[in-house]
Amino acid sequence: MKMNPIQVSNLTVAYDRKPVLQEVTFQMPEGKLIGVVGPNGAGKSTLIKAILGLIPTASGSVEIYGKAYRTQRKLVGYVPQRGSVDWDFPTNALDVVLMGRYGHIGWFRRPGKKDTAIAMQALDKVGMKEYAGRQISQLSGGQQQRVFLARALAQDATVYFMDEPFVGVDAATEKAIISLLNELKAQGKTVLVVHHDLQTVKEYFDWTLLLNKRKIALGPTEEVFTVDHLQKTYGGRLAFLDTQVSPSYVVQP
Amino acid sequence: MFYELLSTLQDANTQWVLLGTILLGIASGVLGSFALLRKQSLIGDAMAHAALPGICLAFLLYGTKSIGWFLVGAALSGLLATYFIQVIINHSRIKEDTAIGLVLSVFFGFGIVLLTKIAQTENGNQSGLDDFIFGQAASLVGNDVRVISAIAIVLLLVTWLLFKELKLFTFDRQFAKGIGLPTGLLNGLLMTLIVSAVVIGLQAVGVILMAAMLITPAISARYWTDRLDRMVIVAGTIGALSGMLGTILSSMANRLPTGPVIVLAATVIFLISLIFAPHRGLVSKGLKLYRIRKIVARETVLQTLYDLSEEVSITNKKIRFSKEALLSRRKMTVRKLDSNLKRLQKEGYVHHIKDMWSLTESGGSKAYEIVFNNRLFEIYTMYEMKFASLQFAANDVWDYRNIDSSTLKELEQLMAIHERTPKLAPKYFGKGETFRKENSSQSAKKRKKEVKSL
Repeated sequence: MKMNPIQVSNLTVAYDRKPVLQEVTFQMPEGKLIGVVGPNGAGKSTLIKAILGLIPTASGSVEIYGKAYRTQRKLVGYVPQRGSVDWDFPTNALDVVLMGRYGHIGWFRRPGKKDTAIAMQALDKVGMKEYAGRQISQLSGGQQQRVFLARALAQDATVYFMDEPFVGVDAATEKAIISLLNELKAQGKTVLVVHHDLQTVKEYFDWTLLLNKRKIALGPTEEVFTVDHLQKTYGGRLAFLDTQVSPSYVVQP
Repeated sequence: MFYELLSTLQDANTQWVLLGTILLGIASGVLGSFALLRKQSLIGDAMAHAALPGICLAFLLYGTKSIGWFLVGAALSGLLATYFIQVIINHSRIKEDTAIGLVLSVFFGFGIVLLTKIAQTENGNQSGLDDFIFGQAASLVGNDVRVISAIAIVLLLVTWLLFKELKLFTFDRQFAKGIGLPTGLLNGLLMTLIVSAVVIGLQAVGVILMAAMLITPAISARYWTDRLDRMVIVAGTIGALSGMLGTILSSMANRLPTGPVIVLAATVIFLISLIFAPHRGLVSKGLKLYRIRKIVARETVLQTLYDLSEEVSITNKKIRFSKEALLSRRKMTVRKLDSNLKRLQKEGYVHHIKDMWSLTESGGSKAYEIVFNNRLFEIYTMYEMKFASLQFAANDVWDYRNIDSSTLKELEQLMAIHERTPKLAPKYFGKGETFRKENSSQSAKKRKKEVKSL
């Protein structure tokens, strides 16, 4: 039997007893691009952080290829939200990408030539090779996002978790990210992406996880991304325009 | 003065003390860099102030001056203060700055009360505890220096060994945790390192000013470099220099407290960095702004002349323009316009008959280039998605000469579609009126329409 890259069972996360995620259970198939979609405060980022053990969970378990996450760290790559770090930090793009190698290098040792080569290759893949030596505060928002992506590539993982990689980037970067995601998929890697632009879900993702504190639905996008499911996920906040032919959705505040 | 300096330096005790203050300057510069980047500079201040009651209690309990117990007392009450700050932040609506202010003053106040109490006891006068307020490097004895140096070296060694981990932890804590670094442990370790750096400096620099030793070298170093490894080295060097200068100056003057002198020395270095550092310094920034303004003003004048010429070329009017016409197209001060016209005339780009200005042939080709470049950029911004392969960092210069030929061709085609191609070739300005007559057959009507659409 082939093992699932991501297996989440009964995951509950609560801050101060108010549940943020409630008994979420799902299995992800291998080699798919999976979009995690849901309204603000639905626990999308929390789900990723809980899977990666960045925040304490109230209950439940997470397995990566059949084993506890702790023992499988090297198989996992992570792209945090761009706004989560201080971009005025004194370092350059290459250095940030090299951080993706730290998990492989181990304690005390410094990154070697091989690591630098891998990091440069990752920068090249996101079209940022020329910017390797540039101070990160001098990069545009889209370029910073690409550096984060390159760092995840340098982790050389098989399962990737990306937290809102499309937020605040230019159109060119969005295009670059999507082609990169498809490349990862072609290599048989599994990518889970927190996303909140409903317009592009059908275009970008094979599978969709609809989430609002609980799992609403999970499956191939064309089966799951339906008006019925979206209404369950977004409740009254979603207005449907032109539901027949090509639905476009408007989320109301 | 010089002999005084020489004799000060020859004194064995001073040399010993110097070694101590230099090492502690390095340690506080290095760890201050991390504190600064973690935005914990003020925590250092709180810890230093809060150390005073710890030192006093250590003296009261142990009964005599002992560097070891002082350090333990200082570290414990410093950590207790940070713990209180955390508790206040976590369990009330009070924000960090307020919490720090509260805890810092309470601990310091308590320390002063204890200090006064000790001064009134029999052996209080010899306690030397007063030195801890403003710092007195000269009061360091051999044993003190040995302990301080040993701790400073350990701190530097740990930082060097764990540099990679501490860097990642400071930059991106979540990612660090994601790849399995024990972030809780690292946080505790870094906190301990910073507390230790503060504590070993207390006797030489004093509780009031110790935070400056943490902050000032680090922030000065930040001006000189954009890499953490270099920043740490520069900060350590600045810390060492300040420590050295402070110690020498204060031992030359009778009983001048060391702390203020060290801090003043560090501040002078900071001011130099603030003003003269390349890229980030005020002078460098000012020069850059001045240069940009100069280029923009010059390009504006040339571009305005070109635009006006382009419009007039379809009529029978002369392609000469008054200053008023230039000013009404693009506003700038009359003085700026005058000085730019004068400079451009000297360079042979413009000439004037009476008060009417026009471009020369070389000026025409210069202006053509500028206009071409700017309009190409307009087109690029319209089709940014299409030209995704062209990347420009936030502050890169747009120059069509850096674009590869096939992309350039595409952009030029688009420019033609949008009728933004500059229509006056440079040679036009050389030939002037005659050129226009030769080309009058050119569908003037179409040109008129195009120009109107501009």
